[in-house]
Amino acid sequence: MATALETPTSLQDPEEHSRPSVVAVEDLFKAFDGHVVLKGIGLTVRRGETLAVLGRSGTGKSVLLRLIVGLETPDSGSVCINANSIAALSLDGLNAVRMKMGFLFQHAALYDSLTVGENVAFPLEHHRRDLSKSERGERVNQLLAEVGMEGNLDKMPSDISGGMQKRVGLARALALEPEILLLDEPTAGLDPISSGEIDELVLKLQRERQMASIVVTHDLHSAKTIANRLAILDQGSVIVEGTFDDLQQSTIPFVQEFLSHS
Amino acid sequence: MNGQAITPSPEMLPAIPGHSSAHPPRPAIPTVGLVNGFFEWFGGLGTFSWRVLRAAVTPPYEWRELIRQLDEVGSQSLPLVALAGAAVGAVLSMEVRSSMARFGATSILPSAVVYSVIQEMGPTITGLVVSGRVGAGIGAELASMKVTEQIDAIEVSAINPYRFLASTRILACILMLPLLTVAADASGVLMGWVAQTLVQPISFHQFIVTGFAGSTLKDFLPPTFKTAVFGLIIGLVACFQGMRTRGGAEGVGRAATNSVVLASLFVILADVVLVKLILVVFQ
Repeated sequence: MATALETPTSLQDPEEHSRPSVVAVEDLFKAFDGHVVLKGIGLTVRRGETLAVLGRSGTGKSVLLRLIVGLETPDSGSVCINANSIAALSLDGLNAVRMKMGFLFQHAALYDSLTVGENVAFPLEHHRRDLSKSERGERVNQLLAEVGMEGNLDKMPSDISGGMQKRVGLARALALEPEILLLDEPTAGLDPISSGEIDELVLKLQRERQMASIVVTHDLHSAKTIANRLAILDQGSVIVEGTFDDLQQSTIPFVQEFLSHS
Repeated sequence: MNGQAITPSPEMLPAIPGHSSAHPPRPAIPTVGLVNGFFEWFGGLGTFSWRVLRAAVTPPYEWRELIRQLDEVGSQSLPLVALAGAAVGAVLSMEVRSSMARFGATSILPSAVVYSVIQEMGPTITGLVVSGRVGAGIGAELASMKVTEQIDAIEVSAINPYRFLASTRILACILMLPLLTVAADASGVLMGWVAQTLVQPISFHQFIVTGFAGSTLKDFLPPTFKTAVFGLIIGLVACFQGMRTRGGAEGVGRAATNSVVLASLFVILADVVLVKLILVVFQ
């Protein structure tokens, strides 16, 4: 186990403490083939709040997101979405919860046989059958405009850059108007300008939609820009959690090393 | 297969001074690993089949994807299947003719060609051609989707990938195989007639009348519809191999290869069982 948890959360707005947790992760353990990846992780995220999870590669950051969205099952511990444990849900129940979540994958994971427009329309076609074709089209255009990708409706994912793919992935994640946004390395592999654009986009969405967000990233600059709180993972445990200022004041050697190298 | 220890053969081992070559050290046989792998694979296939079946019979139904897959499996495979059927018909006609000529029985050539093509060669060739084309296609497509997290993206969009991806493809294979078999049979019989008439002219009408003389529907329907089982095998094995893939490009290649090899093998094995079953039930 890593060192003891530092005093978490020094939220600026006292009202934020009174808001209920939208995502609550408690004492989460996960191992793959005998290799323990997560060792008793505990985190909460409230509505309108963005938590950035930082750490070295292979510390289980992406696994944490996959556990939250139910793509993996924890060995022990719980993941609660709006106070409901997802472990107790049937597949239909889990899917109902998933519809409240938007997930941006590290490499966007766009369906490569579909166009940009069809990718964004995909969740709508399956879950918003009440919408007419023209209403769906209008909604797709609106989502693409929101992420600055209007006019790219008929392009294939292979014809657009990595940054553009992430924007389209974000538009697809927002299609069902989620309450929770999970972003896996949203700026990884992007040039500084594209990274900045993605950060601005996430901030804009936060302002306009007041979602609860968890961002997994290596990019401290990006985390500092878009997150209210940051948590650093090391060897499967959260070793520090708080605002960027809290992290800067941390005396834990790994945190100091992490901040100095970022 | 994955994770199996490679056991060196005696020839690969370095010579040990003073050790008799007549009694080389007996290498350990990874029997346990093979047995485990065998049961693990079939256990996985069983669980996968159950999930697909449960997803397939519960709404919402993916009609649009099913129609897309019917086109992909059916229309796209039609030229290849017809060509293979035609080649088999022509070869069969030529080979059977030379055999029959020895016994002066060339008059039964049309019946021999028609029965051989429709009862066995057409269904088997269709099964194997579709195993190659569609099995590899489905295996590679789903494996590629798996390693690029597209299947995960479908799942987090609250869409059941077993319903959307697997059940539609498997159902398309089940429905299309008998139709493709009819196409293979038709082109086989047609080319059988062409090959025959080039040597000894006979009208197509005469060829068909002689070929089908004395036959009933039960001679032709069971062999044609048995290919629905081939379709089930091809779709199931290819989807299973694709959706369990791990690793990048290498994993995708392996999934495609394994899909074709295993689907073809199981089609041949199933054919043996089905032929016996048809003989018992219908004759």
